[in-house]
Amino acid sequence: MPPADWLFGKLSWSAIPIDSPWPMLASGVVAVVIVGVLAWVLLKGHFPYLWREWITSVDHKRVGVMYVVLALVMLLRGFSDAAMMRAQQAMALNAPGYLPPEHYDQIFSSHGTIMIFFVAMPFVIGLMNFVVPLQIGARDVAFPTLNSVSFWLTATGALLVNISLFLGEFARTGWIPYPPLSELAYSPGVGVDYYLWALQISGVGTLLTGVNFVTTLLKSRAPGMDLMRMPMFCWTALASSLLIVAAFPVLTATLAMLLLDRYLGFHFFTNEAGGNVMMFMNLIWAWGHPEVYILILPAFGIYSEVIATFSSKSLFGYRSMVAATLGICVLAFSVWLHHFFTMGAGADVNAVFGILSTVIAVPTGVKLFNWLFTIYGGRLRYGVPILWALGFMLTFVVGGMTGVLLALPPVDFLLHNSLFLVAHFHNVIIGGVVFGLFSGYTYWFPKAFGFRLHEGLGKAAFWFWTIGFYLAFMPLYVLGFLGMTRRMQQYGVPAWQPWLIAAAAGAGLIAIGTVFLVAQLYYSIRHRDALRDPTGDPWDGRTLEWSTASPPPSYNFAVLPEVTALDAWWVQKQTALRSRTAPPLPRYAALEVPRNSATGVICAFFATLLGFALIWHIWWLAALGAVGAFATFVVFAWRDQVEDHLSAEDLAHRDGLDRAARASASSP
Amino acid sequence: MISTGQAKRIAVGYGFWIFLLSDIVMFACFFASYAVLVHATAGGPSGPQLFDLDRVGFETACLLLSSFSCGLAFVASSKRRAAPFYLTMAVTLALGAIFLALECGEFLSMTERNAGPTRSAFLSAFFALVGCHGLHVTIGLLWLMTMMAQVRAKGFRDDILRRLLCFNLFWHALDIIWVALFTVVYLIGVTA
Repeated sequence: MPPADWLFGKLSWSAIPIDSPWPMLASGVVAVVIVGVLAWVLLKGHFPYLWREWITSVDHKRVGVMYVVLALVMLLRGFSDAAMMRAQQAMALNAPGYLPPEHYDQIFSSHGTIMIFFVAMPFVIGLMNFVVPLQIGARDVAFPTLNSVSFWLTATGALLVNISLFLGEFARTGWIPYPPLSELAYSPGVGVDYYLWALQISGVGTLLTGVNFVTTLLKSRAPGMDLMRMPMFCWTALASSLLIVAAFPVLTATLAMLLLDRYLGFHFFTNEAGGNVMMFMNLIWAWGHPEVYILILPAFGIYSEVIATFSSKSLFGYRSMVAATLGICVLAFSVWLHHFFTMGAGADVNAVFGILSTVIAVPTGVKLFNWLFTIYGGRLRYGVPILWALGFMLTFVVGGMTGVLLALPPVDFLLHNSLFLVAHFHNVIIGGVVFGLFSGYTYWFPKAFGFRLHEGLGKAAFWFWTIGFYLAFMPLYVLGFLGMTRRMQQYGVPAWQPWLIAAAAGAGLIAIGTVFLVAQLYYSIRHRDALRDPTGDPWDGRTLEWSTASPPPSYNFAVLPEVTALDAWWVQKQTALRSRTAPPLPRYAALEVPRNSATGVICAFFATLLGFALIWHIWWLAALGAVGAFATFVVFAWRDQVEDHLSAEDLAHRDGLDRAARASASSP
Repeated sequence: MISTGQAKRIAVGYGFWIFLLSDIVMFACFFASYAVLVHATAGGPSGPQLFDLDRVGFETACLLLSSFSCGLAFVASSKRRAAPFYLTMAVTLALGAIFLALECGEFLSMTERNAGPTRSAFLSAFFALVGCHGLHVTIGLLWLMTMMAQVRAKGFRDDILRRLLCFNLFWHALDIIWVALFTVVYLIGVTA
């Protein structure tokens, strides 16, 4: 073969999409932003600080914040895709619009892929990272370095998806690449390979997060923190982690089979030689449906925390809430077939899965009533986090009901793959997951940084997002009834266009809401002294994360808390109020804090090389990446000192300063 | 009250168990796909024409014996005795390598008889399932050699003993998967 082939694989100058203006413009903007940020970091001399305090940090709080930052950045990318699609459909009545079909197909594929894997997942996992160890009174997750590896592998996946903008193309198959379309015969380009390797690499990260959090939640709780004293968010994080451990290997296996088909000529899902296409649908949705609950359960946990705190009441029906969470966790694995009732498995099979799917509404209903009863009789304080929670309660019920409708096989036959379905899952994912994440983001922001987010701008963002959501997605329900299928680049039915224009206007309102979110963050950072919260407990919280300073020290708690009841921090505060005495000073003991490690980021560097090389068939680079990643682990395993020692006197001194600062802040 | 060292050992062992469970879920998918595709031979050869039970029986014996020697290595490491540790680890390595060599030989002979993974969906599923196990054994051997080198360089330190615990769990898990694989693929395969 000619030298260029073994050196560069399939990669050549023609991989850069010079003839299509939109990807060039988008990658130009991304490049300018990246170069700008890098230049600013390097010129201002921030790099050593970033490297020391963030990039190599294994502190769960730092890792959590980095996850959320990744999610917010990717949200902007995923939302741009959404806005482009809405604009295209608003103008594409009997007209080509401005996006050619092959580009439009990439946009709806990358929109779904990015929003699920690189916005919702990192956001959920980021909040879990930040909150869970604090809530269970632990000093860190069970495996801190592994946690950093997880994050950087997720970032690798996000990076690969973004590289596809500039080099080559992204998948045109939708966010779930159904064969035979995704097989080599029908998708010969690198698009599907970008999708597959990005997800395989970030999937490893997600799986390790699941393992880490199951272990943390079951083995690292503070003394006295029985399972039935865990805050609700921890329960949902546990359920979500269990689902990750059980479901993500299925995704890995399924995508591995598709990779074998595409790279080595296997016949798992091909049309020839006995391949079975429907096996792909079954396998991928055996992961895909639990994935929905991996996202929504922690959001339910956030609502539980926020609603209890802002009602100044303990959560109504805690035990039933735990039962409902675990019930959903189990049922999650028994409904996957409702994604393809139209496969033709027969009335009996469809009936079983239809009934099981509607049954999920029962534990979810239990949760909603519990939140309502928590609010009932409480004194609700209307902060931004509770606004998102209330918006959720209304919106999610609509999404849940349309879901029950779709769970009926005869109805599904009419609405399958129509915009009704698109409206339904956006209704539950935006109205459920995204609202919850914004609620949690506003709620825990002061804990992470020591100052609040601006209230007015947050309320503006909430109203624009909520009204924008209804305007953008209610028309899609109508369009589903009018027979419009999803993923149409152009259409010929004039009756559809007004609804599509309304939906585009809704997307415009959401865009304004997003601008308010960015403005809120910017304004709050600039005016952080005015928004400072020196108490560490700005919302009069109930759980242990509010018992420590904001931001918490790297070891979280100078002395591990002794837990005696549910709502541990609330009980401590009430006891202190009743006895009118401060609790006695604790006895400090020396502790170990895990050392920073570059293992995660170096491993991700090699994983990026590996993924990129496999996508472009550059085999020597793939070998280099694999060997490099292995060598990184060996070097990590060879370390002699893995922890830093903090003496009892040192700890007492630091904690004394913390306590004094918070005491002077809370006394009038 | 348990010490920090014990707590770490518990967490590491527990976490690795969770990981192994997830790995078994992944194998379950390959088993399921094999079960779905086992009759999709597309006019090509099927199990009874391809499988050589003698060879596979010998492979199985090697792998099971390697698990025994691996267990002995774990006992030796817990007693911090270097010589028996290296010896039993080397035996494990040798047995694992023989297993892999036999498996590669099987794959090669099948490919030569025009029964490679591209021939039919059945063979795709077979090669993926058995190959996935073989890949795990390969990674296990790499890990084994790394652990021998680590003990040599650092001695029986607590963190290294924890890693040896994980390695043992991993190696035994591969045995469990092989027993299922031997039954489902080969024993049932030659009769079907």
